[in-house]
Amino acid sequence: MNELILDIDNLSVIYKTDLEIVKAVNGISLKIGKGKTLGLVGETGAGKTTTALSILRLLPENTGKVTSGSIKFEGDDLLDMDEHNMRQIRGGQIAMVFQDPMTSLNPVMTVGDQIAEAIIMHNEGISKEEIEKRVDEKLTMVGILPSRKIDYPHQFSGGMKQRVVIAMALACEPKLLIADEPTTALDVTIQAQVLMMIKELRNRLGTSMLMITHDLGVVAKTCDDVAVMYAGEIVEAGTVYDIFLGENHHPYTEGLFGSIPNLASRTKRLNSIPGLMPDPTNLPEGCVFAPRCKYCMDICTKVHPNTITEGTHSLLCHLFTDKLCGKAGGKNGK
Amino acid sequence: MENNKVTPLIETVELKKLFKLNGGARLHAVDGINLKIYPGETVGVVGESGCGKSTLGRTILRLIEPTSGQIYYNGKEITKIKARKLRELRKDIQIIFQDPYSSIDPRKSVIDVIAEYMFIHKVYKNRIDTYNRAAELMDLVGLARRYANSYAHELDGGRRQRIGIARALSLNPKFIVCDEPVSALDVSIQAQILNLLMDLEEELGLTYMFVTHNLSVVKHISTKIMVMYLGKCVEMAPSDELFNNPLHPYTKALLKAIPEPDISKRDEEFTLIKGEVSSPINVKPGCRFAKRCDYCFERCTHEDPDLLEVSSDHFVSCFLLDKN
Repeated sequence: MNELILDIDNLSVIYKTDLEIVKAVNGISLKIGKGKTLGLVGETGAGKTTTALSILRLLPENTGKVTSGSIKFEGDDLLDMDEHNMRQIRGGQIAMVFQDPMTSLNPVMTVGDQIAEAIIMHNEGISKEEIEKRVDEKLTMVGILPSRKIDYPHQFSGGMKQRVVIAMALACEPKLLIADEPTTALDVTIQAQVLMMIKELRNRLGTSMLMITHDLGVVAKTCDDVAVMYAGEIVEAGTVYDIFLGENHHPYTEGLFGSIPNLASRTKRLNSIPGLMPDPTNLPEGCVFAPRCKYCMDICTKVHPNTITEGTHSLLCHLFTDKLCGKAGGKNGK
Repeated sequence: MENNKVTPLIETVELKKLFKLNGGARLHAVDGINLKIYPGETVGVVGESGCGKSTLGRTILRLIEPTSGQIYYNGKEITKIKARKLRELRKDIQIIFQDPYSSIDPRKSVIDVIAEYMFIHKVYKNRIDTYNRAAELMDLVGLARRYANSYAHELDGGRRQRIGIARALSLNPKFIVCDEPVSALDVSIQAQILNLLMDLEEELGLTYMFVTHNLSVVKHISTKIMVMYLGKCVEMAPSDELFNNPLHPYTKALLKAIPEPDISKRDEEFTLIKGEVSSPINVKPGCRFAKRCDYCFERCTHEDPDLLEVSSDHFVSCFLLDKN
């Protein structure tokens, strides 16, 4: 892999309440190369958003806590950074597009002012004309007429609002864009428009991206690398080709693919995954997927598997320990 | 599928629902829908948000009163029936709601939620029989009996949706409107629920109208598909025919817009439909899709296209296919 923009190593995050400790993220490692897009795939509660929030250090102050690991952004550990420097990074170097465009905009500010806010924060002493110029430029970039900058969010439709949110995120030309399910709340035709736009902007500006989604179709269209997350762990990671065309897959990834109704062929039944994701306050011993896994062996319920790496592809599963460990030579290869 | 001897289980004729807005404006939610659903069929209704698909489902059940047009159930008109007769009818036609979080009474236990309809309709003479039947329904939809005394908030989305399904089945209905029953669920849970609905269809001989915006789901479950756009039916055909040979420009674009989990199609560009769904308020004559259509010509902007049968069972409403 070429130069890294983001290097997360062994990150663990917990949410601590008076009653219980929720183990949201458990020792994950992720790498994003410059100009690449990493897709983080998983179901609700897998810890995808928690990962994104810990990169930006936006975890809820009283409950959320990073217990171990490091998050290196261009070589600097974000977890050691003081709040002043962190504010420079947030919105400036790393920006985030949140899932729900309806709630992530301020309803009492015009969209132009909201985009300008980010520009003013990160460019001290910038002139008024310059701000206006940049706001117009960003709106044009996402396909909204600059004349609409005096409108309020409620005057825009869902797809348009998401474009505004993207314009805000790109206002300071960040090096890394975190998109948390950017199209989940949108209709298919609008989703297609927004995805195309994101892809085009990424190619033009050379932004690296972390794309959080549960839609494998979106992943196939936009990502270079994929990490599949389950119960706070990365169970499988690799390039899109490893995930979509490779032979060996984690049983959970296999289940995810089996669960999607296929447009090309007509099958009678879907190969759903039985059961539910384990409660993060009480994770099973051994492999976290074992209770739902159809290939579950004795060892799976007792011993936590190690990551097995083969080239760019890595798996967290006992099934492949014997098969791949010999030739790939090693565990914890991430 | 078309069989003249069989009466459709549900038929709508020129069904319209206009909502009156402040200042005399009218919102055309459902605008002249002719739909026939035969016993054993699963009809998928697809469209983007705001196209009137949910309103159509609810109007058929008379949960929303239609403005004009007729609804027939088993050949009998049910558009105007009142009180007791309507209540009788509701035993036969049921609905599964979209959001399992808000459609279940939070203060009732699971078994009480499922038993409620049976108490209302006095299906059994005593409570024990009713509760026994409710427990049977829990088995049928795959809900462990140990949840009988739990409350909805203690369960996850998938299990809640199973409660909704058990409740809809409690009166042995013949026809069920499924209003986006899986859109609030995760993919792996969505697959479980879709499998369950398909098994039940076979086991109990149900007929579904499946309202959804998810085209892969609709292809998987339906025998016939109706594509709606701003209250109008733009295309209707058997499921395979519609996916293999879409004719209306909107259907074509809609199918192309789905990101498929297939890496070989990675570099295929999306065919984008420009713009967004226009407002359904005070609609002017002309094809509803004209503004976003690449093939739009003069006639499209001032005349309504009719729904024409272009080949057997394949209906399209577009001037491009109108030979005259």
